[in-house]
Amino acid sequence: MDTHESSLRERVTTALENKHGLVNIQVATDRFFSGRLKALEALPHADAMRDLARAIRAHTIARLDEYLLQFEQAFTALGGVVHWARDAEEVRQIVLRIAQDAGVTRIAKSKSMVTEEIALNAALEAAGLQVVETDLGEYIAQLSGDRPSHLLAPVLHLSRQDVGRIFAEKLHVPYTDDISELTAIARHNLREVFLAADMGISGCNFAVAETGTICLVTNEGNGRMVTSLPRVHVVVMGMERIVPTVKDLGVMLQLLPRSATGQKMSSYASLVTGPRRRGDPYAPQEMHVVIVDNGRSKALAGDLAEILYCIRCSACLNACPVYRTIGGHAYGGVYSGPVGSVISPVLGGLAAFPDLPHASTLCGACKDACPVHIDLPTLLLRLRRDTVQEGLSPAWTAAGMKGYAWVTRRYGRYRLITALAGALSRLARGRWLTWLPGPLGGWTRYRAFPPFAPETFQRRNRGERHE
Amino acid sequence: MPKVSLFITCLIDTLFPQAGQAVVDVLEHLGVQVSVPKGQTCCGQPAFNAGYWEQARVMARNTIDVFDGSADPIVIASGSCAAMLKHQYPALFQDDAGYGPRARALAARVCEFTEYLVDRLKVTDLGCAYRRSVVYHPSCHTLRGMGIDRQPRALLAAVRGLEIIPQEAPQTCCGFGGFFSIKMPEISGEMLANRIAAFEATGADLVVGCDISCLMHIEGGLRKKGSRMRTMHIAQLLAKGLQ
Repeated sequence: MDTHESSLRERVTTALENKHGLVNIQVATDRFFSGRLKALEALPHADAMRDLARAIRAHTIARLDEYLLQFEQAFTALGGVVHWARDAEEVRQIVLRIAQDAGVTRIAKSKSMVTEEIALNAALEAAGLQVVETDLGEYIAQLSGDRPSHLLAPVLHLSRQDVGRIFAEKLHVPYTDDISELTAIARHNLREVFLAADMGISGCNFAVAETGTICLVTNEGNGRMVTSLPRVHVVVMGMERIVPTVKDLGVMLQLLPRSATGQKMSSYASLVTGPRRRGDPYAPQEMHVVIVDNGRSKALAGDLAEILYCIRCSACLNACPVYRTIGGHAYGGVYSGPVGSVISPVLGGLAAFPDLPHASTLCGACKDACPVHIDLPTLLLRLRRDTVQEGLSPAWTAAGMKGYAWVTRRYGRYRLITALAGALSRLARGRWLTWLPGPLGGWTRYRAFPPFAPETFQRRNRGERHE
Repeated sequence: MPKVSLFITCLIDTLFPQAGQAVVDVLEHLGVQVSVPKGQTCCGQPAFNAGYWEQARVMARNTIDVFDGSADPIVIASGSCAAMLKHQYPALFQDDAGYGPRARALAARVCEFTEYLVDRLKVTDLGCAYRRSVVYHPSCHTLRGMGIDRQPRALLAAVRGLEIIPQEAPQTCCGFGGFFSIKMPEISGEMLANRIAAFEATGADLVVGCDISCLMHIEGGLRKKGSRMRTMHIAQLLAKGLQ
């Protein structure tokens, strides 16, 4: 997983300085957010559908071992090959070996967050293979050496003018910020890539256990090209992407596009059921599915397993006031927003992301937005608990909490300290403070702090109204 | 005569006792007998949210001890503290044979202030009059944590002379988040600035809400930037309207 040396606060400062990027993020997340609300309003029984989707996810994750084996059996029967990868390194080795065995030199990729998670491209390129991202956003990110800032829309932080400049510089075409001209340029370049590629690598939105089917939800059609034109197709799939039946898939497909972009249905929902069969006009001769653990099975055992229900719709990002304020790059991992603040430490370890669980006000907008009702605030709270238990909390926090617990343990101490604070506030003549020392200065940089009352409510009411 | 126990909350107790007095005044005006059990400190939410669950349990035990021995509703004029007692106490003592059942019994008694007025006493019109323009900020833990929105809005709508001006994206967090405001001051400050811009765009005199902690955060931001806008707890507005 992509961890960075810089601290969260440093990354946040950088993000807040990029006003231009933040405006793009706010405009785009606004559109997704209101689109989702409208789409769900128009869906009859949306709430019941979400409850059902959650039940399906909970059931599947609880029996993940059974369904994964069922999937393997079904997919193998279709003539495909299943590979099991414990960690990122194993995935990279497996994909590289498949490519080398098949004599592959050119690879076309469709959008996949799990391949970002395991840094697949760098490993393939290091082995001398040419890898081209074909999702428009990922293509732009790859051209400009950028990282995805959103689960669904990787270059959400860029404007069409930014894209025009990138195309002009990297593809040596005349500058344009006309969207249809920009997409025509990309289409022209990518068509060559699709036709020349020996291998397609895709992610997987859902894998159906009973049929061995891989489902890809896309809007650009590139996913269909990547999975049908090259002679080898490799699916890299997080091990939690399973749904038991085609019927369950139907439920998920009603919720995913609506929650993601506000579409009733994405432009494409491709169901790929095995490699080429006799009579198929064209389809890959070889099809592989690499099932990726990379920390997921460890999460299954603890009280954070609910995060594996996630269907990567990104509704929580679009709803989150923190994401909307700082954008995706500030999170420092591949996954951003509320789900990223949970999944990054769950997969990559809390030590690599000790501050991420704190990048939330616990306002609950994410929980409201989640199509499968993942209780993200509670998961963030549990991660904060783990941070303290693992000794990853800063010393000033530990000292502050200790002192505060000492004061509030018994009323006598509390009364004494609050009386003292009240007396000190009288020295400040009851004015709101605009400066406080140490870590408390973080408060007064943006806010004044109120004076303590000369007499607390409880002191004022002593002798009356108590039991 | 209905009886309630008041959990005053540490912020109202130590920083805004006038808001606590207003809660008592409104309740007594409606003929409610208010008791304030002795020995209250903090509900433990700051420690809990920072990940210090052992310390949070220390404060929670104190609160549970203080409110034991009565079945009266526990009225709390702060949505986030109410949510702490109602939802997090039972979770904190889930496996505790001693405090577990007591935490669950306490949780069942919790009633947020406006919820108590509107849903228990069935009062929305207190006969108040207050000539001001206000914007209502539905604090996240009041709105999503306690599911309370209709109650304060109904109470405000019944105040004569009060103009309630809607703000843009009303359900957006003000950026307080308790410990978050000190741990992540840059994000918190930016979120606050965005929210203050939405409040100020209404031209209202006051920001009114049900959670003193968010109001403290918002007023702190308003004062820091020299705005003339102020905040007011809904109990204070109702109490002033009764005069």
